Amino acid sequence: MKKTLLSASAVCLAMAVPFGSVMADENADLIINGELEITVRAPAPAHMEGTGISEIMSGWVFRATETQAFEMDDFENPGMIFTEAAIDAWNTVEGEAGESCASCHGTPEDMAGVSAVYPRWNEGAGEVRTMTTQINDCRTEQMGAEAWDYDKNDMLNMQALLASVSRGMPVDVAIDGPAAETWEMGRELYYTRTGQLDLSCANCHEQNYGNLIRADHLSQGMINGFPTYRLKNARLNGVHSRFRGCVRDTRAETYSVGSPEFVALELYVASRGNGLSVEGPSVRN
Amino acid sequence: MSFTRRETLLMAMGTAFAAVVPFKAFADVDGDIATFTGGAEVGTGGITLIAPEIAENGNTVPIEVDAPGAVSIMVLATGNPTPAVGTFNFGPLAGAQRASTRIRLAGTQDVIAIAKMPDGSFVQATQEVKVTIGGCGG
Amino acid sequence: MADNVTPRVRVPREAAAGETITIKTLISHPMESGQRKDGDGNVIPRSIINRFTCEFNSEMVIDVTFEPAISTNPFLEFEAVVPESGTFVFTWYDDDSSVYTDSKDIAVN
Repeated sequence: MKKTLLSASAVCLAMAVPFGSVMADENADLIINGELEITVRAPAPAHMEGTGISEIMSGWVFRATETQAFEMDDFENPGMIFTEAAIDAWNTVEGEAGESCASCHGTPEDMAGVSAVYPRWNEGAGEVRTMTTQINDCRTEQMGAEAWDYDKNDMLNMQALLASVSRGMPVDVAIDGPAAETWEMGRELYYTRTGQLDLSCANCHEQNYGNLIRADHLSQGMINGFPTYRLKNARLNGVHSRFRGCVRDTRAETYSVGSPEFVALELYVASRGNGLSVEGPSVRN
Repeated sequence: MSFTRRETLLMAMGTAFAAVVPFKAFADVDGDIATFTGGAEVGTGGITLIAPEIAENGNTVPIEVDAPGAVSIMVLATGNPTPAVGTFNFGPLAGAQRASTRIRLAGTQDVIAIAKMPDGSFVQATQEVKVTIGGCGG
Repeated sequence: MADNVTPRVRVPREAAAGETITIKTLISHPMESGQRKDGDGNVIPRSIINRFTCEFNSEMVIDVTFEPAISTNPFLEFEAVVPESGTFVFTWYDDDSSVYTDSKDIAVN
């Protein structure tokens, strides 16, 4: 079984090579606006020992030169235009409590460092929270406002804003203590094959990063750049939506956006990027 | 020479995967050019078209056109369902007859830029852009 | 009808008289090409920004016709000569007759 899969994937990869590859300058560094240094390569965190990955790399490294260029300037980066909508939302009073985000949290810049440590265990709630679930908790419990839909525009814009103020700071999600059980579930999901194509996250992103899948340059599957502006659909995309897409591409029935499985997977995948800079909103294929 | 079923399948897959087969133009590229030039001869030189050799995604392809002294520049995507992409008309306060934008390309094809010069002459530049198909829901 | 259409422009705040500057513009707009079909197989009608103009103190800098092949969230970069202090006015024209504008002042030193 394994032999057939390997030879099938070898055929696919071999077919892709002849017409050239959309290679980036893999040694390029990412400096945004000529001043904000983004760490796109870092030593792999300790928990990845045995995976065969010694250096972790942001998805930016794997993209074509033109795509990389989009992200180097906040004006050229179409994802940044949506942070402006979020700034308006940040300052808008909403809900029964008559507050806005700004009422408690100050300016968006005051939130620097928050995005870098999410997903995170929330003691009071007794669960791991993602930025989305935490924002919605603030909205419903503190503001008395309606929750935003997971991975829809309002929420994605806000996530992009909060990520943008943490850019350049190292991703640092906790995997021990009360978060450990969720992290373990995420890790198990990462290595579980699914679908008619019988592929796990690791098959592509751990064993074949740097190779081509048709004409796509496979990355390590890091999520430090999320929410990401994808050229393919010309809008911001959230982590869980991307998970759904990947699992669907293995031709499997997938978990839903916001499900406990995807929260666990998000925690695990985020931890694989510990040490890379927060990069969202990034620009990807 | 007879092929095994596996070889035939691989050959077919190879053709399908090599997504560089140029698309046929759906519409009248020549008609668009004739409307712009009034039927005048189109020469070369004095116009630059910068586009990636291989576009990572056909939905957003950065291009730049530059024709010093031009009155206007028209861009056509010869393999799109409708070839017209845009026309850049330069006014008296244009600092250069240059513009950059992002376009959609339906598949591998030639992109053409034609500049109209003040003396009524026309020049064009052409570049093939390969549009690839990604593997991960791309 | 497009909603949440936000224009953005980047213009230097000052320039020398007669200097050529680079201007970048971006507007969030779906640029529905008219090529897509919805879930029921019906064509989603075209709805795009079809024209962009930039004027400086009422003189034309650039006048661009956009067709459906221009990407979502149209981006445009071009160059302008700045003869004197004044105001750049940017205008985007939508298929649905909406008109979006932005303006930026520039000082000549």
